[in-house]
Amino acid sequence: MSNNLQTFTKGLIKENPILVLLLGCCPTLATTTSAINGMSMGLATTFVLVLSNIFISLLKGFIPDKVRIPCFIVVIASFVTVVQLVMQAYVPDIYETLGLFIPLIVVNCIVLGRAEAFASKNPVFPSLLDGLGMGLGFTLALTLLGCIREFLGSGSIFGLTILPETANILVFILPPGAFICLGFVIAIVNKLKKENH
Amino acid sequence: MAKKKESTLINMLVALLVIAAVSGGVLGLVYGVTKDAIAEVDQKKNEAAIQAVLPLENVTYKADTMKFNYEGVDLTFPCNLAYDANGNFQGAAVKTSEGGFGGKIDMMVGFLADGTIKGTSVLSHAETPGLGANMTGKFKDQFVDKNPASYKLTVTKDGGDVDAITAATITSRAFSKAVNKAYQAFMANKAQFMNNTPAKEAAPAVEAAPAEENNETEGGQSNE
Repeated sequence: MSNNLQTFTKGLIKENPILVLLLGCCPTLATTTSAINGMSMGLATTFVLVLSNIFISLLKGFIPDKVRIPCFIVVIASFVTVVQLVMQAYVPDIYETLGLFIPLIVVNCIVLGRAEAFASKNPVFPSLLDGLGMGLGFTLALTLLGCIREFLGSGSIFGLTILPETANILVFILPPGAFICLGFVIAIVNKLKKENH
Repeated sequence: MAKKKESTLINMLVALLVIAAVSGGVLGLVYGVTKDAIAEVDQKKNEAAIQAVLPLENVTYKADTMKFNYEGVDLTFPCNLAYDANGNFQGAAVKTSEGGFGGKIDMMVGFLADGTIKGTSVLSHAETPGLGANMTGKFKDQFVDKNPASYKLTVTKDGGDVDAITAATITSRAFSKAVNKAYQAFMANKAQFMNNTPAKEAAPAVEAAPAEENNETEGGQSNE
């Protein structure tokens, strides 16, 4: 049981996909212009990650090694399309802001990475936990980055205005700001990790 | 636990085929379930946009298109024409678009019958969040109740009357140009809409008069 718990929690901090493994940086940099965008992207990815991990774990005996990558991709792409259609139908506002980045979850290396590194070698339940942990870790990192960038760049958090417009530092909403923020956050996380050891 | 299948040709073919077929089936199912909801969302968005740009009471909207040659290019503008209960032309919500900084900006602009802008609304865009994307806020509201006859639809930097968004001049220019296109198309076409009211459909003789000024589009319109 403690093993299962570890499978779940390692994705949150110790092996956080963004802050420690540095996987999936493309959507991270692009969608964290505001806290709500980052969080929605994180949750959509979590959903795909959990389902693809479950199904790939179930199918691992059926898939021959040499075609495993195309099989994984088909499974992942199907779930992403499901998410896209459902979001388009029931949460059109969020779908509009995330737009292009939803289909790009297909090529998010976290999803394929977890399928390859974990789900294809482990039973269903731990795979589920691994997907959930990694997904929530991803969501956490994206929301954090989104909060920082939104606060510095547009003076608000989750759309709630805190600073007047004159105090905005535009660069944090633009791509360079994403790199700067990510760098600082990773540095802080590394420092904290060192102190804990 | 089942042992891993060997990578023989047959096994590989079967695995890929089954996975692809099942995935396809599931996607078809989900598409069928969400299709109506998505269409409904699109339609609601369209209706909401019309309401936002042309908030008139007691009018019925009629979908139509207008053709206009803008700077040597033939363009077609989908539009919704508003008529009051007596069949008088009240205005139109015109769809228009222009290339912005990050891609095409699709917009809808509402005009009263005299050409006054009643409202603008951005339907879809790919402008920079926090910069160009801010056009959906204060920027677009400055067009409300302006008549382009006396209000020049270019940014102040280019000698016009539109206050550009800070650090997003390209977006501001594109937005203004899209509005300008819609305005010119509207002014060129409105004469026929005024005489093409649903209530007066049985009076083709009236239509002959305004036809002089715009022969080509008149032909297209009367086919309907």
